[in-house]
Amino acid sequence: MIRVATLLPELLGTYGDGGNAFAIGARARRRGYDVEMVEVGVEDPLPPADLFLLGGGEDGPQRHATELLRARGLAQAYHDGAHVLAVCAGLQILGTNFAVEGDDRFEGLALVDVTTTRGAKRSVGDLAVVVGERHLVGFENHGGVTTLGEGVVPLGRVVRGRGNDGRVDGYRAARLWATYAHGPVLAMNPWFADEILASLVGEELVALPTVADQLYAERLRAMGL
Amino acid sequence: MERMPAALKPRDRLAVTGVRIVNQLSRRLGRGSGTVAGGRFGLRLRPGLLGVLAKGRAVALVTGTNGKTTTTAMIREGWGGDVASNTSGSNMPEGHVAALVASSSSRVVLEVDEKWLDAVVRACAPRVVVLLNLSRDQLDRSNEVRAIAERWRSLWRTAETANVVVVANANDPLVVYASETAVHVRWCNVETTWTADAVSCPKCTQSLRFDGSDWHCACGFAKPTPSTSLEGAQLHVVDVSWTMELSLPGDFNRANAAMAMTALDELGVDLTSASERVARLSEVAGRFSRRHWRGHDLRLTLAKNPAGFAAMLATVRDLPGDLWIAINARVADGRDPSWLYDVPFSELRGRVVHCFGDRRLDLATCLDYAGVDFVLCSEDSPPPPTGPVTVLANYTAFQDWRARSTT
Ligand SMILES: [Zn+2]
Repeated sequence: MIRVATLLPELLGTYGDGGNAFAIGARARRRGYDVEMVEVGVEDPLPPADLFLLGGGEDGPQRHATELLRARGLAQAYHDGAHVLAVCAGLQILGTNFAVEGDDRFEGLALVDVTTTRGAKRSVGDLAVVVGERHLVGFENHGGVTTLGEGVVPLGRVVRGRGNDGRVDGYRAARLWATYAHGPVLAMNPWFADEILASLVGEELVALPTVADQLYAERLRAMGL
Repeated sequence: MERMPAALKPRDRLAVTGVRIVNQLSRRLGRGSGTVAGGRFGLRLRPGLLGVLAKGRAVALVTGTNGKTTTTAMIREGWGGDVASNTSGSNMPEGHVAALVASSSSRVVLEVDEKWLDAVVRACAPRVVVLLNLSRDQLDRSNEVRAIAERWRSLWRTAETANVVVVANANDPLVVYASETAVHVRWCNVETTWTADAVSCPKCTQSLRFDGSDWHCACGFAKPTPSTSLEGAQLHVVDVSWTMELSLPGDFNRANAAMAMTALDELGVDLTSASERVARLSEVAGRFSRRHWRGHDLRLTLAKNPAGFAAMLATVRDLPGDLWIAINARVADGRDPSWLYDVPFSELRGRVVHCFGDRRLDLATCLDYAGVDFVLCSEDSPPPPTGPVTVLANYTAFQDWRARSTT
């Protein structure tokens, strides 16, 4: 049984990020795994889960979400072995601190040594990142500039759009993936969904051709990649 | 020679003439209806032109994420006679200027883009402003619907708007938040299925509690007492009550009609005859129109965002025949189609959706993960005619289908 928990969709679900749960859930079920999906609302305790999903959000809700996740112990759940995928605001929340609404510094959950400040302008548009041998494609819409602390590994190198800072996007740790690409990113990048799923089940996955492969190929073409 | 609004100063007169000339030119050059070009030219010549043209007329404004065009058409029909209105769909000041130059009627109803409401209210001194709903729309262009609610909220705090009557949706917490600062509000209890953008309280960010048709927050923010209400086709406006059967389909159009009728009541229009005229309205700017294309009988419907799709899916789900959905992500649609994942497509399980448009692969992927059967189609190789077809399209895709099909 794979338990997938979408965290605070009311606060962190601005960009169709709920699609990440759909995508990974469907890809697991079609391969015969049992999947349980939960949405964790603002009043719910953190359920036991194998994968926690964090999406994007607006400034006020982002702060509120951070407080809730701090109180509910997301950091502990991660250290105890859960997997985490964080997108956009979620990426900022897991860092040491981030700036919202002006130049306030707001304390994040400190799962990783990452700081986000406010950029001069918002980045809105296609985002493509080279991750290992492959491209990760998506759409970004954020005003943050994210700086990785020493030893923190980026998810990949930016080839379209801005990501963290125009050079790299997101970060990567054991059982943890973070990116500025929404899209939603797991729906648009089937290989990425499968990478996370393979880590969850601890075994190699059988190939699963779906229409998402065509979408991924078409997005690469559209971005000239 | 078209009539010139009375008592214009020479420079305003010059600007009005300029608007007409530019519009005639651009029409002659085949560049659309020309309303945007002319209006823009006039505003460049006289930035205060909109206020000058609106002066002394009874103005109603309609805004909100969904239903603007339809509700504006309902007010126009219900009012009756000659009504100045931006029927071209251009809902920013240049379109408003063009509409007011094209007609000197003392009755004006304008559809207004959400982001322009404060400027247009200040310029036009409207009698009535209808606030339909607020939800996410085209995130990459106008993120943060809450910021818009905040702007409306401060708009009503100024002395110059003290006489405006706001007709507001009491079931949309963001609209309530945006309207409660107004001196005069007529709250409408109309069904609003989409509350995903206001699950946390606009005032204090705690979660709102929805309980039947009521909602409230622990901080005291709650649904106001409505004076207009709608139960099925039964409409109550203050102490008048009647059945309203529309030609337009869908619960959301009934909600639009309830708010239009409230605005008309405020404008002093006789509701009995207005109601008959509104009920006859069967097509608005091509929406819900019946069209033909390569042997298919099409009914064209438009939805631009998750809330609009949710409302439209509830209406088209049970219609007989095939369902074609067309999605683009051009500039006017918003370049990011990730909002598709906020649409409750799983309601379509058991049906087959034909996917069209530039972003049909995004749609198909979304449907696939939602467990809905789909067929990838292209405009060049359509499926053979089998029966009636409902086309549900987002903004530019809708325009494409309108252009491609015939009456
Ligand atoms: Zn509250």
